[in-house]
Amino acid sequence: MFTIRQRQLGATKKSYWRRICENRQMYLFLLLPIIWLLLFKYEPMYGAQIAFRKFKLAKGITGSPWVGLENFRKFFTSVYFSRTVGNTLYLSIYSLVVGFPLPIIFALLLNSVRSKAWRGWIENVTYMPHFISTVVMVGMLKRVFDVNTGLLSNVLSLLGGGRLPFDMFIGDTNFRTLYIWSGVWQGTGWGSIIYMAALSAVDPQLHEAATVDGATRWQRLLHIDLPAIVPTITITLILRFGSIMGIGFDKVFLMQNDTNLAASEVISTYVYKVGLTSEYNMNYSYSTAIGLFNSVVNLIMISLVNFISNRVNGSGLW
Amino acid sequence: MNASVDTPSRKAKTRNRIKITTSEKVYYVIVNLILGVFFTLVLAPLINIVASSFSSADAVIKGKVLLWPVDFNVEGYNAVFDYKGIWRSYWNTIVYTVVGTGINLFMTMVAAYPLARKNLPLKKPIVMLFMFTMLFSGGMIPGYLLIRNLKMINTIWAIVLPGAISVYNMIIARTFIQGIPSDIEEAAKIDGCSDIYYFWRMVLPLSKTVIAVLALYYAVGHWNDYFTPWLYMNKTEKYPLQIILRTILVMNTFDAESMLEDDLLANKALQDLLKYSLIIVSSVPILVAYPFAKKFFLKGVMIGALKG
Repeated sequence: MFTIRQRQLGATKKSYWRRICENRQMYLFLLLPIIWLLLFKYEPMYGAQIAFRKFKLAKGITGSPWVGLENFRKFFTSVYFSRTVGNTLYLSIYSLVVGFPLPIIFALLLNSVRSKAWRGWIENVTYMPHFISTVVMVGMLKRVFDVNTGLLSNVLSLLGGGRLPFDMFIGDTNFRTLYIWSGVWQGTGWGSIIYMAALSAVDPQLHEAATVDGATRWQRLLHIDLPAIVPTITITLILRFGSIMGIGFDKVFLMQNDTNLAASEVISTYVYKVGLTSEYNMNYSYSTAIGLFNSVVNLIMISLVNFISNRVNGSGLW
Repeated sequence: MNASVDTPSRKAKTRNRIKITTSEKVYYVIVNLILGVFFTLVLAPLINIVASSFSSADAVIKGKVLLWPVDFNVEGYNAVFDYKGIWRSYWNTIVYTVVGTGINLFMTMVAAYPLARKNLPLKKPIVMLFMFTMLFSGGMIPGYLLIRNLKMINTIWAIVLPGAISVYNMIIARTFIQGIPSDIEEAAKIDGCSDIYYFWRMVLPLSKTVIAVLALYYAVGHWNDYFTPWLYMNKTEKYPLQIILRTILVMNTFDAESMLEDDLLANKALQDLLKYSLIIVSSVPILVAYPFAKKFFLKGVMIGALKG
């Protein structure tokens, strides 16, 4: 018979296989998710090798001839390389510069509002656009900025300035402004939540003590609130830098038209066009190569930022 | 709005409060002014859409509508109701959302539970296998070819299976399950409870909150998804709402076959009005769910933030 002490020792010394065996039901749970993971996430990574081949549907992935870096060379030397990479970087840096600080400022200001009711109103209204689908968002843009029937135009004519003199959606001059600022409209409220959460953890005694010492609300914002959210800011910033080449497909594609391509053709929309539209002959290999280039750059970016953050900050994402 | 700032209810905890100085007052006025402007900018377009949807086609096309309906009217909604294509796609979206969310929840919880367990052998490599997919993917075409090879094009499976688990949501669920006190599990084990039984009888009921959070995350995601069906669906009768919304709201094209009212094709004013009403009709479920959605989404952010 075991004493309790022996039994505990036994538990920690159990062999690896024994523990696997004891947890077999756990692996049963994981069976479907792992099959799913391998099929829907890792099979496409394996399939991405067609970027190095001249892929023919009839020949299959491994049957298609190997062409090495041919597809990549083709992309790097085409005019679309600088255009799509340039537009992607332009959009994401623009959105980083505008869209990153605004939720922080918004959270800091909202946190200092003293009327609970007013604060609740602001939260309810500014969080709402987050739930609007991208299609409806772009549809709303088209409505609000419509030359003849849009709200902006209606307000302008009411103020006596006449209707909007031009269509915002034609030509490439307004594309970025519309894209970024509609993103601000939709995302600032929601984006501030993570900072509001950090701010709610600030000890109220700090504020009380500072008030007694004569600190103004503005000083308390700068010296109590702001430092409290710096760790959150760091994490968010890492994530933003990591996805600097990852401008999503949906909104850009929906806002795109033949007249604004010079500003709106980004990597993801180009990948789609090259691969899946007849305009470019459905060139699967070429499209995969461009996509793969983008994924690899993203991976390198986030690893790099994470590495730097670990070094400088002592903490990163992993 | 500024009047409400200095509410008397603050008195209770202001024993030590120093009298508010002029500079403090200026600060609050400026803050409330900035927030008020932003508040108005966010709210005005929303109200304008609602107001326009209840106005007459004539008032909309003449640009008369601001924040209140002009010639209160439901002809826009009538036009939406008469547009068959919208309702077929509406039904499709409901089906995709319900089936998709069901699969999401099952797969997510089933993956999260074992990965929440301490000392599970091989846990680390399995978690890494999941996490890596957040950083890297095969890309659009290999994914498309896979769905093609699986003969899933134009089926619901193309929409609900590729995204069955969101790794981020799975981590939220895992964090939540880790918070369930482990003595419950030990007690259950001593009573001879198997892992599967424990999951079914204890973990799932105790995880109601996180399941509700994830259900909303996933459901809103399916409802608003445009990209997946756009890639994998090419038959009109399989289209979900978002694709029909694109043709009408963004491309400004109307499909003659799916209309009951012939005059819509010729009536530019009615077309414009229909767009406003359509935005509202398509967003009704989200609007109805918004109060819950907001609460639960906030919870999700909190659980997620704890982890980060």
